[in-house]
Amino acid sequence: MDMKVLVIEDDRQAAAYLAKGLKEAGHVVDVANDGKEGLFLAGAEFYDVMIVDRMLPGRDGLSLVEILRATGNDTPVLFLSALGSVDDRVKGLRAGGDDYLTKPFAFSELLARMEVLARRRGGAAPQTRLSVGDLEMDLLSRTVKRAGRPIELLPREFALLEYLMRNAGSVVTRTMMLENVWDYHFDPQTNVIDVHIARLRQKIDKDFPAPLIHTVRGAGYSLRVPDA
Amino acid sequence: MPDRASVRLHLTTTFKLSLLYLGLFVASVSVILWAAYRSTAGFLEQEIGETITVEVEALKDQYLRAGLPGLVEVVRARSSIPHNNSIYLLLAPNGQILAGNLSGWPDGTWHEDGTVHFKVAEYGGTEDHPATAQAVGFTLPGQFRLLVGRDMSEIDQLRDRMAASLGWILTITAALGLIGGGLTSRSALRRIEAINRTTRRIMAGDLSGRVAGVGNGDEIDRLAGNLNAMLDQIERLMNSVRQVTDSIAHDLRTPLSRLRTRIELVLLKETDDPEVYRAALQESLVEADRLLDTFKALLSIAEAESGTRRNDFRPVELADTAHLVADLYEPLAEESGLTFTAEVRGRPLVQGNDQLLSQAIANLLDNAIKYTPAGGRVSLVVDGKTANQGAAITVTDSGPGIPPEMREKVLGRFVRLDQSRNTPGNGLGLSLVAAVARLHDARLVLDDANPGLKISLILPPQAAVKRIESVAA
Repeated sequence: MDMKVLVIEDDRQAAAYLAKGLKEAGHVVDVANDGKEGLFLAGAEFYDVMIVDRMLPGRDGLSLVEILRATGNDTPVLFLSALGSVDDRVKGLRAGGDDYLTKPFAFSELLARMEVLARRRGGAAPQTRLSVGDLEMDLLSRTVKRAGRPIELLPREFALLEYLMRNAGSVVTRTMMLENVWDYHFDPQTNVIDVHIARLRQKIDKDFPAPLIHTVRGAGYSLRVPDA
Repeated sequence: MPDRASVRLHLTTTFKLSLLYLGLFVASVSVILWAAYRSTAGFLEQEIGETITVEVEALKDQYLRAGLPGLVEVVRARSSIPHNNSIYLLLAPNGQILAGNLSGWPDGTWHEDGTVHFKVAEYGGTEDHPATAQAVGFTLPGQFRLLVGRDMSEIDQLRDRMAASLGWILTITAALGLIGGGLTSRSALRRIEAINRTTRRIMAGDLSGRVAGVGNGDEIDRLAGNLNAMLDQIERLMNSVRQVTDSIAHDLRTPLSRLRTRIELVLLKETDDPEVYRAALQESLVEADRLLDTFKALLSIAEAESGTRRNDFRPVELADTAHLVADLYEPLAEESGLTFTAEVRGRPLVQGNDQLLSQAIANLLDNAIKYTPAGGRVSLVVDGKTANQGAAITVTDSGPGIPPEMREKVLGRFVRLDQSRNTPGNGLGLSLVAAVARLHDARLVLDDANPGLKISLILPPQAAVKRIESVAA
């Protein structure tokens, strides 16, 4: 999925690195080096997602997003910041940001989060059923079926699969799963998520010819119908 | 630049204070002395006034009984007594002196009751010095005028003497007060100077200096005590910062130099095979990520230790917190071939930070699972029912345990026991648990599980939040 991205970052080297990486991933990138320019571009063009540094000269990232939201601009915003405490994260989300990533970050983490944000845009109507290929999830009766065969899941496995299905086709990182399924904003010392995924694979993929859960090296996992 | 060592006495607070007290003291002593002087002198004057009155009555009586000649005789007789301090004057209606020891009717200010004060010398006084006299003058039938009085020189002398001695008393009082004030302010000053010397030494970089107290519990002593407590705290913090810097220098330098060498070696290879570079980059990335994780862990610990996160303390349902973490780790334990149990007794509700408590429990479980060989047991118990504690979170394993002499040490940063060198980890897990415990005023107790390790995070009773039971409608 190619996106049009606006990067608002005052550190020119960091901005150039971001732009290069995003272009290589197939996205179209505009860069603004201060808040004023960023605000102008955000108002003049359509973007799928904006990457905003929290601390900017001229106008800081928080107030920039507050202004955008006040003027009815609902472009998804991903904050980048060296400030990583829970407090800073809450401030960023309260100002209208959609996600928050602390520097330094892995590029794959940024790409995965951007994609999820862009896809979520427009807010899908409340769903009661999710389906990916022959995998079906009924959110009301909390049942899962694959190829018509019911699959028994524990509550946490259900929540994990729901998150994967809602972001089907996108890469979701371990950190994203921890944040969204467990609401944990810290990284456990061991990759516990991998074990959870392994368990889920046992139930979802084991008895079927085509696996749906794919490992994305160096990034995380992706739930999608395998390419034909 | 002000001279720091020599403090001028007159500029000090204690000296200014003692000067103020001295002023007040002298003023009150003056008032007391003035009152004493007034009452003594006044009493004497009143006494004289009364004697005069008695004498006047006697003379009047004489006049009525013996007539003018009798009176003249008495007055003459009385005024001729030598060294007598009585004053008499009897005048005929034409102003002629009939008897007495004055040269004329005095001109002083006459009061309404007929009394007068005048200088004796101006009227041929009996004494040489110009003493004052107090007298009563009145007119007898037949326009004869009679003056009866007393020389006040003795009283004046007494007065002078009193005034002089009072002056001395005042001077000595002031002098003593000044010396005393100086001495007390100097002793206070010496003690404060001692504190100043210590603080200067500390500012110069020697953190071990402490203020010596006298131990009498007065305000300067308490100030010294508080300063020492503050210095202890600062020294503790400094030491912990030093420990972190040392750890960073030691434990981050190793992986950093490893990373650097790896990159250098690949560059030296001079090969065209992109796979070699790719592999090297991949390894470098893993190494860099590990370094970043270590930094992140260090920051988390520092954040927990700074105590600022107490601001976002909220009531935490420990049962939910524990179940969620247990839920996260249960598959890992099972995969490692361990029997894992999680149990919650009671419904503990404590004031705290949910994320940090979760992270602490996660680290404890992580360690327990990591160090317990397959076939072992790991359990998480949250006990909210024991008396005299808010709640206790206990993780027990059947692993190798930690020898008693190492238990204190493993809570430090980057500490890894020798037998665990081959297990992945950065040696910061327990440090974070310790920091979270400190943030929550909780005790971290390491114990033997025979075999294995039992770690308890015991929250104090004051951490418990009183549950407001919602009444079902």
